[in-house]
Amino acid sequence: MAELTLPSHRSTAPPGDLAIWVFILAELLAFGVFFAAYAFGRAHNVALFNEMQATLDRQAGAINTVLLITASACVARAVEAVGRARQVSGARWLLAGILCGGGFLVVKGAEYAEKFSAGINLSTNTFYMFYLSLTFFHFMHVILGLVILTALWFKTRQGAYGPADMNGIESGAAYWHMVDLVWIVLFPLVYVMR
Amino acid sequence: MDIRRLNTVWVILMLATGATWEVGEQGFAGQLAMALLLVLSFVKGRLVVLDFMGLRRAGLMWRSLLIGWLLLVSALIAIAYRIAPA
Repeated sequence: MAELTLPSHRSTAPPGDLAIWVFILAELLAFGVFFAAYAFGRAHNVALFNEMQATLDRQAGAINTVLLITASACVARAVEAVGRARQVSGARWLLAGILCGGGFLVVKGAEYAEKFSAGINLSTNTFYMFYLSLTFFHFMHVILGLVILTALWFKTRQGAYGPADMNGIESGAAYWHMVDLVWIVLFPLVYVMR
Repeated sequence: MDIRRLNTVWVILMLATGATWEVGEQGFAGQLAMALLLVLSFVKGRLVVLDFMGLRRAGLMWRSLLIGWLLLVSALIAIAYRIAPA
């Protein structure tokens, strides 16, 4: 009976600041439109898209999927650690996440360098117009995500977050997971599906 | 959020990524391959939303918005691949 007077631990609000979730929804909407535009653009150029997709480095795309998902897992472990007042451990998990995210930029940068040196640009064809703009839009989000994670890392080291003050780290973590979520759709769509 | 759950989710995400990669390696194409890839990305995305983003414990509305996004994007991709001439 005593439980009835206790506040419910099952809150209806998502973790972090409500504003970040509104922002995340807006970002997902933009990426969703982009994905649909790619898929319907392909419907009019199936042969071209299938031929050009074969020129992508699928291995690099898969490695980057592993890096982003692992970064997301590290960030989730960081939030979990800070929630138990283990800030030192939380900071280490954040750093591991930052390193994985940095690895994504290196691999993607090498992919871009290879395409650019082959003379590929936005006007090469419809496929590469979509590939370059879609992946670069995502690339910019990875950079912003890494800036946020780095800020969280500094603040966690300073002890700015703890079990009673999770809002900042939960908000930044949610943004990073959104970047991961988008890539989870982007990789099969652009690199594998034909 | 418990650590074992997070680790299990990471392992599932890695296995699903391996399966996606294998579809590409085998050169599977067509409607069945498309459906398989969409199911794999939905399974992965749903776990990221529920366990990494922590929406498993949030209200139904927020969960529905994010998972609804995954479903909507998957449906649009499936339609675009359905109508594409083989």
